[in-house]
Amino acid sequence: MNAFTVLGELLVLLGTFFYFLSTLGLIRMPDVYNRMQTSTKSATLGSLGVIAGVGIWALGTDFGSAAWLTKTMAIALFLLMTNPISAHALIRAAYKRGIPLWHGSVVDKYAEYLEKSGGDGETPEGGGEE
Amino acid sequence: MGEVSKASRYLYTVIILFLIWLMLTASLDPQEVGFGLLLSLIVAAFTYEIFTTGGLSNLHPRRIAYMLAYLPYFLWAMIMANIDVAYRVLHPARPIRPGIVHCKTVLKSDVGKLSLANSITLTPGTITLDVDDDNYFIHWIWVPDEALTGDEEEHVKVASENITRPFEKFLKVIFG
Repeated sequence: MNAFTVLGELLVLLGTFFYFLSTLGLIRMPDVYNRMQTSTKSATLGSLGVIAGVGIWALGTDFGSAAWLTKTMAIALFLLMTNPISAHALIRAAYKRGIPLWHGSVVDKYAEYLEKSGGDGETPEGGGEE
Repeated sequence: MGEVSKASRYLYTVIILFLIWLMLTASLDPQEVGFGLLLSLIVAAFTYEIFTTGGLSNLHPRRIAYMLAYLPYFLWAMIMANIDVAYRVLHPARPIRPGIVHCKTVLKSDVGKLSLANSITLTPGTITLDVDDDNYFIHWIWVPDEALTGDEEEHVKVASENITRPFEKFLKVIFG
């Protein structure tokens, strides 16, 4: 037991706590868009906490080394770069599929924009993609 | 971007691949480093055309400094947003007021726009729904009162101020 293991355990605990919160959010939120909002939490603080926690935890153990930390950092970096693309694809697919916003939603500028840019709803699809 | 030479793009790809190799092996043994360098040189020859358009100019010290400053800034923003969304999930009354808002960005390059969209999506409470030129459509879990005006320009200004502006000042330097 030393400072590294304690810090690592705390980070993993924090990560699992945010995993729990995002699962709770999946149940509590009213529509698919708000559920996406809470589920991105698990990808960011949840996964980052667990991944960084494991890397730091390993520094404090007798079998661990700095290699664990650099490897987990690389994993975290790739996760941060790829995860939002799937989130973006999912929520965009949901909208294009016509899933309605929750009745408590206050504004939908995207629908107004699609209307304004011509009756053909496909027009804005062409540009702007990554 | 046709003005960037192939050599510059190739070298940039080699450097990035080699850095990833160093992180994954975490060893300075001459055999490992040498083999990693060899592999980077081979893989980069096949992939540099789709890997980068900017080449070595991406490694300008000013850009690297801003990138290093951006990481803790972004992590901090992410943690604050996480706590905010956690509060909304745990609160018995579920205080959400979602909506899709319209933002405009000043970023020009495609990579910059991609990074901005990714940063917005990674921050809980905001998800990029669609990007069209400089128009961003963002699903926001709590649309503030100021953004609920009928005036389109005012709406865009308030929304951009809240969502895109904090990231833009860094990304503008990093990606242009």
